[in-house]
Amino acid sequence: MKENALSWMIGGPALTGGVNSSAEVFAKACARAGLYVFSNIEYHSNIMGRHISYRVRTSDTPVHSHVEHVDLLLALDSETLFGTPEYQDYQRHGGHLHRVAPDGVVILDAKAKIDHSAIERDDIHVVALAYDDLVRESVEELGVTYNARRHSVMRNMVPIGASCALLDFDINHVVSLVAEVLPAHRQDMVEMNRHVLLHAAEQARRAYAKEEFHVTLRPRPERNGHMLIKGVDAVGIAKIHAGCGFQTYYPIAPASDESVMLERHQTSYPIVVLQAEDEIASMNMAVGAAHAGVRASTSTAGPGFSLMAEGLGFASITEAAGPVVVLWQRGGPSTGLPTRQSQQDLRFALQPAHGEFPHIVVAPGDAREAARITHMAFNWGDRYQMPVVVLADKFIANSLVTLEDLGLDGLPVDRGEYWTLEMNGSEPYRRHRLTESGISPRAVFGTPGGQYVTTSDEHTERGRIDEQVENRMAQMDKRMQKLDLAAQEIPDEWQYEFIGPEDADVTIVGWGSTRGPITDALPVLQSEHGIAANFLQIRLLRPFPASVVQEKLGGARKVLLVEDNYMGQLGMLIAEQTGIKLERMALKYDGRPFSQDEVVEAVCEHSEADLGRLVLSHP
Amino acid sequence: MVVADTERLTAKTFGVEDSHPDWCGGCGDFGILSAVKQALAKLGRPPHEVAVISGIGCAGKLPHYINSYGLHTLHGRALNVATGVKLANQDLEVLVAGGDGDGYGIGAGYLVNSGRRNLNIAYLVHNNGVYGLTKGQAAPTMRRGQKTKGMAEAAIQESVNPIGLAIASGYTFIARGYAMAQPDLVDLIVQAVQHRGTALIDILQPCPIYNDLMTIDFFRGRDVGHNRIYRLEDEGFDGRVHDPSNPDEIVAKQQAAIAKSFEWGDRIPTGVLYQVAAPTYEDELAGRLPELGANSLLDLATPGRDISRLEDAYR
Repeated sequence: MKENALSWMIGGPALTGGVNSSAEVFAKACARAGLYVFSNIEYHSNIMGRHISYRVRTSDTPVHSHVEHVDLLLALDSETLFGTPEYQDYQRHGGHLHRVAPDGVVILDAKAKIDHSAIERDDIHVVALAYDDLVRESVEELGVTYNARRHSVMRNMVPIGASCALLDFDINHVVSLVAEVLPAHRQDMVEMNRHVLLHAAEQARRAYAKEEFHVTLRPRPERNGHMLIKGVDAVGIAKIHAGCGFQTYYPIAPASDESVMLERHQTSYPIVVLQAEDEIASMNMAVGAAHAGVRASTSTAGPGFSLMAEGLGFASITEAAGPVVVLWQRGGPSTGLPTRQSQQDLRFALQPAHGEFPHIVVAPGDAREAARITHMAFNWGDRYQMPVVVLADKFIANSLVTLEDLGLDGLPVDRGEYWTLEMNGSEPYRRHRLTESGISPRAVFGTPGGQYVTTSDEHTERGRIDEQVENRMAQMDKRMQKLDLAAQEIPDEWQYEFIGPEDADVTIVGWGSTRGPITDALPVLQSEHGIAANFLQIRLLRPFPASVVQEKLGGARKVLLVEDNYMGQLGMLIAEQTGIKLERMALKYDGRPFSQDEVVEAVCEHSEADLGRLVLSHP
Repeated sequence: MVVADTERLTAKTFGVEDSHPDWCGGCGDFGILSAVKQALAKLGRPPHEVAVISGIGCAGKLPHYINSYGLHTLHGRALNVATGVKLANQDLEVLVAGGDGDGYGIGAGYLVNSGRRNLNIAYLVHNNGVYGLTKGQAAPTMRRGQKTKGMAEAAIQESVNPIGLAIASGYTFIARGYAMAQPDLVDLIVQAVQHRGTALIDILQPCPIYNDLMTIDFFRGRDVGHNRIYRLEDEGFDGRVHDPSNPDEIVAKQQAAIAKSFEWGDRIPTGVLYQVAAPTYEDELAGRLPELGANSLLDLATPGRDISRLEDAYR
C-alpha cells in the first residue's frame, strides 16, 4: 500500500472531453487536502477533438515532475488507450495503455466505443462505467428532469468520483470545490454534482474486483493552505508585484496565457495589456515604454522571439531600462511543435540579434523561480539599462505545482540611477555619459531640462549619430562593461544553485525546467540505486558564472549534461566559457519534458557504461 | 541646460545649436524640420514635454535637430515605439516622423494598426517617392511605369495610396502637406497635434538627388503653366465630419477623401482630407481603468504592489 504517492492520468478529446477541468479539479482537490501535487498536460495545437492527456502526481514530499508509469488511467475514448488508428497519418500518438503500472486500473466510459478485448493485459484492472446513464440517474434521483444540454457537463465528475473510490479519498474534497466554482445562481448544481460523484464512487467500488487499490490518498490537513499554480500565472503575479505597467503580446502558444491572466487583472492593478499586431510591434512598444520610464515587458514563444530580434538590439544600444522579455520556449524550428516542450532556444536567446550588445539571460527552474526571477529581471533592466530575457518553457508554463507562496515578499526593488536637473548644472545632459561603472543616470522622458535624443545608430554620449573611432570604442566598451558589473553584482542565488552532497559519484548539470525531474531524481538515485548524485543548476546564462561552473565541474568525478534539446546547447556554452568539454549527456528532443524516471535512467545507464551522447524518449 | 520659459516659446526654442542636419541642399526635410519647430512653438508645450519618435532614413534624423525628447528608432517601427512612449506617459506630446518607405513599405502593418488604435499622436510622413539614403530605389509611393534617373528599370508595381489606406485603417485626421508650402504645413502640423486621435500628414517633398520626377519645378507646374499644389479649402472642400454620430456623413466624407486621394497629375490637393472626432485609445483605456484618465502609467505602476489576494486566489 502506497500512501499519497499517486500517478494519475486522464485522456480524451480536446474541448468536448472535459479533460482539463477533470484534471484540474482533481489536482486542486488533492492540493486542498494537503498533498503535494505536480500536474502536467500534453496537448495538440488544436481547438476541438485532438487528444489531450493530463497527469496528476501527488506525494507527501514536494514533487516537481512526473513519472513514466500511471497508477490510474481515465480513458474518455479509445484513442487514450490505443492511440490513433493505423490509417491516420497525421496528429498521431500511440495511446497510454502501456504506461499503466501492473495492478493499475483503467477507468473508462462503458458507452464509449472502446474494444475491451484489445486491452490484452491481464496485469491491470478495467472499471467500466456508463457516464451518461450515471449522470442521468443522479439527476433524476433528485427529482430533476434530465436535460442533456444542461447536465451532461457533469460527466467530468464521473472519473473523479471513481478515482476517489479507488483511492479511498473523500468526495467532499471535490464537492467543496464545485461549490466554489459554480456561480451563486447555479448552486443547485452542487447537490447534483455530489450525487454524480457518489454514484460514480459506488459503482466504481462495485466494478473494481479487488478489495483495495494499491494507492490511497490520506489528507494532510496541516498543509492545506498551499497554492496550486501554473508558471504563466506565477509570472503574471510577479509582474504585477514588480510594478510592471505595460505588457504587450501577440497571441502564441504557450505564452499568451500569461498575458491573458494579466488582462483579467488589469483593472485591479493598473497595468495596460496591449495585444499588438505582431511581435515586432510588441517588442518595440515595450522598448518605448521603458524609455518613457515605465516598467515594461512582453511575453512570447520562439517564433515570436525571432521577430523580436531587431527590437532587442535597439533596446540594448539605446540603453533602455529593459524591457523584460519572457520567452516560453516550445519545440522548434519554425512553427515546430507549437504546444510541446523544448529547451532549444538557449543559443538563440544568448545572441538574439545582429551585432555585439549586452543583455541578460536568466532561466528559472520552476514556477516559483520564474516568479522570483521575473521580479529581479525588472531590477536588472532598470539598473543595467538593458533588455532581460527570462528563458522559461512550456513545461513551466502549463504545469501546475503546489507552493506555499511565490516568494516575492521581501525581494529588493531597484529602479536604477535617475538623472535630475540638479545633477548637471549648466552642462547639457549626456544620456550615454561615460562613467566608471558604465551606467549613465537616465532622464525619463518628460524630466525638465533632460531633453535628449538617442538612436539605434552608434552615438555619442549625448546620443548624436557618430562614427568616430574613439567614440565608437568608448561606447562599445561602456555598454559591454555593464555586463561585467552585472556579473559582479548579481547575487549567487540568482546565478546558480548547487544541490546535493558536495562529494558525489555523478554531478548533473542543467538549466531551466529540467530542475524539476533532476531534483526529484536525486533521492531516488541514492535510495534505489545507491548512486550519490548532485546537481548544478545554472540560472544566469548571460553574463555566465564561468568560475563557479569551472570549480564545480572541474572537481566533479563524472559530469552528466541534461537538456531538452538536440545539440546540448548548455554544454556548448560551458565549453566556450570554461574550456570544459562535457562528453556525457542525456538529451531529449521529442517535444516532451524529462520525467523523473528518465533522469534516473540516464544517470544509471551512464554510470554503467561510457555512453557519450544518450538520447531519451518514451513515446 | 536651462528649462525653457513656456511664456516665450519660439521656433528657436526647439532648435539645437550644436547639431546640424546632414541632408542635401534643396532637400524637403529642411522645410519639414522648420515647420515642425514653428508648429511646436505655436502649440506652447515646453521642450521636455515633447517627444519626437522617428524611423530610419533621411527623415529619421529629424529628432536630432529638435530640442525635445527623441528616439531615432528602427526602420518602420517608429509608430510602435511611439505607442509605448505615449501609453507610458500620456502627458507627453508625441510626434512621429519617418519616410514613405519607412511608413508605407516596411512599416505598413504598423501604419494600419496604429490607425485602428487611434492613440493621441501625430504622424508625419516625409513622402519623396524614393529611398534616398540607400541611393534612390523606388519607394512604395513610386507609380507604376515611372523611372527616376537612379532606377535601373521603371517601376512595375502599383503604388500605394496612403490617404486611402489611412481612411481604411481608421485614422481620424488625414491631411496632405507640401514641404515647401511653409505657412500651410505649419498650420497642418498644429491641427494634427491638436486633434484628439491619431493624425497622419502625408508630406510631399522633393529629393533633389534621387527623384528627378517629383522636383520643385514639377510641384510648381513649370510644364503645365500653373502650380500643381492647390489647397482643398480654397475650393470649398470640407473633409471634416461635423456630426460624428451620423454614420452617413462619416461614409460620405470618407468617400470624398478617397476620391480626392486619387487626384494626381496636373493638380495635387493639399490640406485636411478627413477629420472625425472619435474615442481615442486613451479614452477606451480610461473606460476600463478610470485612474488612467487623470494619471499616467508612470505614476500608477509602482513596484511592491500587494499581491496577497492574487496568491490566495490560487489556494
